[in-house]
Amino acid sequence: MDFFDRFAIPHPSPVIYASMVAIALTLVAIVAGVTYTKKWGYLWREWLTTVDHKRIGMMYLISALLMLFRGGADAIMMRAQTALPENTLLDSQHYNEIFTTHGVVMIIFMAMAFIMALMNFVVPLQIGARDVAFPRLNALSFWLYFWGAMLFNISFVIGGSPDAGWTSYFPLAGNEFSQSVGTNYYMIAIQIAGLGTLITGINFIVTILKMRAPGMKLMKMPMFTWSALITNLIIVFAFPVLTVALAMGTIDRLFGGNFFTTTDGGMDMLWANLFWVWGHPEVYILILPAFGIYSEIIPTFARRNLYGYKSMVASIVLISVLSFVVWVHHFFTMGQGAMVNSIFSITTMAIAIPTGIKIFNWLFTLWKGKITITVPMLYSLGFIPIFTIGGVTGVMLGMSAADYQYHNTMFLVAHFHLVIIPGVVFAMLAGLTYWWPKMFGFMLNERIGKLSFWLISIGTCVAFFPMFISGLDGQARRMYTYSEATGFGIWNMISFVGAIMLAAGFVTIVYNIYYSTRYASRDISSDPWDARSLEWATHTPVPDYNFAITPQVNSSEAFWDSKKNGHKLFPGNYKEIHMPNNSGVPFIMSAIFFVLGFALVFSIWILAVIALLGIFACLAHRSFEQDHGYHIPVEEVKETEEKLGGARQ
Amino acid sequence: MSDQTLNPETMPEQPERATLEGKNKFLGFWFFLGGETVLFASLFGTYLALRNSTNDGPGAEELFGLELVFVMTMLLLTSSLTSVYAMYHMKNNSFGKMQLWLGITVLLGLGFLGCELYEFYHYIHGEGFTLRSSAFGSAFYTLVGFHGGHVTFGLLWIIALMVRNAKRGLNLYNAPKFYIASLYWHFIDVVWVFIFTVVYLMGVI
Ligand code: HEM
Ligand SMILES: [Cu+2]
Repeated sequence: MDFFDRFAIPHPSPVIYASMVAIALTLVAIVAGVTYTKKWGYLWREWLTTVDHKRIGMMYLISALLMLFRGGADAIMMRAQTALPENTLLDSQHYNEIFTTHGVVMIIFMAMAFIMALMNFVVPLQIGARDVAFPRLNALSFWLYFWGAMLFNISFVIGGSPDAGWTSYFPLAGNEFSQSVGTNYYMIAIQIAGLGTLITGINFIVTILKMRAPGMKLMKMPMFTWSALITNLIIVFAFPVLTVALAMGTIDRLFGGNFFTTTDGGMDMLWANLFWVWGHPEVYILILPAFGIYSEIIPTFARRNLYGYKSMVASIVLISVLSFVVWVHHFFTMGQGAMVNSIFSITTMAIAIPTGIKIFNWLFTLWKGKITITVPMLYSLGFIPIFTIGGVTGVMLGMSAADYQYHNTMFLVAHFHLVIIPGVVFAMLAGLTYWWPKMFGFMLNERIGKLSFWLISIGTCVAFFPMFISGLDGQARRMYTYSEATGFGIWNMISFVGAIMLAAGFVTIVYNIYYSTRYASRDISSDPWDARSLEWATHTPVPDYNFAITPQVNSSEAFWDSKKNGHKLFPGNYKEIHMPNNSGVPFIMSAIFFVLGFALVFSIWILAVIALLGIFACLAHRSFEQDHGYHIPVEEVKETEEKLGGARQ
Repeated sequence: MSDQTLNPETMPEQPERATLEGKNKFLGFWFFLGGETVLFASLFGTYLALRNSTNDGPGAEELFGLELVFVMTMLLLTSSLTSVYAMYHMKNNSFGKMQLWLGITVLLGLGFLGCELYEFYHYIHGEGFTLRSSAFGSAFYTLVGFHGGHVTFGLLWIIALMVRNAKRGLNLYNAPKFYIASLYWHFIDVVWVFIFTVVYLMGVI
């Protein structure tokens, strides 16, 4: 029985048993549903083996939305538990688990996936490319992310969730204080997903550097593509640090290593340093694509070109450099001297400068613009003030002496939610609404969309502003309860109300998707927003090969020029088009990674070795095969183009 | 791409970068090496932070001898040189010679790995110095072991390429693959030079 004990949940509760049943039923329902409708072949051929960046983008999107709800459920439980003083809805252990999984799921599996979704769908189209540079690696990235997420998400029904915070500081996260396998899940699931992210990073850098349409010089790239380029550069130089930190955490936990132990010479601060050397660039990995999205949406709906293109580029480059030299601000209180703290205070505050430049550029773009208020525009407009509040409080936290007061209080929690929600979540929802017609061929309903916007933005303010006050009054973060005498009750109750509004907002988004799928008109043009960049120059739905004729670019708004100034975007005739073949290897290999991860989490060594051999077999297969892709003949291109309405010349 | 374009009579100046796929692979691989550099930099940083935390166990001075490590360094440096020869023959389109020099590279690499395994075995069984002994032990085995893992992976990679293409000969589809494998091999070599300096030389001096 010993062997099976490890799979038991250390702190079972009726909710968890109910989830187990729900998960089992859902799985059975999915398998039965697919079998009944005889869709296995379709699923395999069109989705599981696809290497098409557009489909991969859509799969990221679906996963991100699912993870949003998973993380959201944790959030609601947290706010419900703390809404009243000395509440007993959750015990302390359960509370620890949900704030940990909330953080990890939202950052690694929701926000990152959402960014990957939009980047995958949009970037190749924006630069006029057929696909990314390495389509098959792209599929591998997605499936590694997907199976990593799956591994992380089964933790709460098999073996127990991680409970040491999304930052997983040692020694708390070591074997001594975190005895369940939960933290193993953390170390290994994030490792698998992180590997996928790193591969995406390389893939998109090469795509953007090498696959741009003729004439698109670097300084003529659309701003979203710029932000994607810089984001992926940060990924390539930051994620390996996380890889190392997680590997060492794994060695400590599974093999008795002494990196972060407090005995045997280990150094617990080493984890904190490595984690934040990755962690701070990570928050900019999240925010820069969002900046890029706003820089696409604001000019489109202000009907004028982006103000200060060059300074926009310069400021993202500067932000990316600075993001690597501020990490210590996450632990000013943890033992460096005044000198070190002061240096990192200054670098931290310096980030506000390029960020401020961007804010002003958006404001100047709006100035004198002819603004149309659409849902994507509403999110962009809401972003500016709320994000500024989050950013300014960030500067307050960045002053090391003052941070002794704010650190690890609800004030900090308010800060980062007020940057991440308007920064990332608003941007993703804006981008989703904006690019939705290109992805799916119909528009999301504007009225429901506006309702979602108001619920979410007011909900954000109601949920997080009170935390500034309770934080300054001394309410520590990550505490599962507090006494009535503290007076925190009222603020937490207001937060809870805000959280409910946010949840309602997200439900309306799902309803909107459902409603629009059923009722929205399918008769829309390929450019419904009257937009400016190349992704709108091809048909809707986008054909497999994206562009029948490679577009010719002469400015940062080539499509706008072709509409207004008679620029000839698609010169020449149809040619044969070279396409990559589908492949099942990325899916299979990533699934084996899942098995490997599972085996490591539970120290089942034989299975781990078998899985490792399987991974090597997949790699060898790749190295052995000779895959030259296939060609779409001219006639077929012509036929497709005529069916979709003829290439716009 | 048809077979003619992939199998020209004479190889172009830079066969590894003659096709778009080759160019992309080449650039992507450089960024991959950039990431690998950060990875090893983190490991080196960790090693430097922990190398004196010996927990009263053996430290660097008592453990490390330079003789074996010097032999290992020579083996790996020579293997880098032989892989350069292999790439030289690739550019001249003489497949047989390329395979020969790659074969020598692999043998040298295997020699290196053998020495490393012997070294670890000696520390563990002779000196009782393991991953669990101290923070220094964890950092040492992780850094040097990660490198050893890279060597193993590189060997498997080169062998797979040699076996698979033995009958096919050289063409513009597999030239970038060979070239990139050799780049990887150089990278491993450079990392070893740093390990030699930071771990062994600085350890005994
Ligand atoms: C002007 C810009 C910013 C400044 C000066 C700033 C400053 C800070 C400081 C000093 C802390 C640590 C406070 C403490 O632990 O006591 C912090 C935490 C944090 N910030 Fe920011 N920040 C800025 C922008 C952002 C952005 C754009 C994001 C994300 C998109 C972000 C996400 C976070 C997160 C997630 C944490 C908390 C991590 C944790 O401990 O769990 N920040 N910020
Ligand atoms: Cu930070």
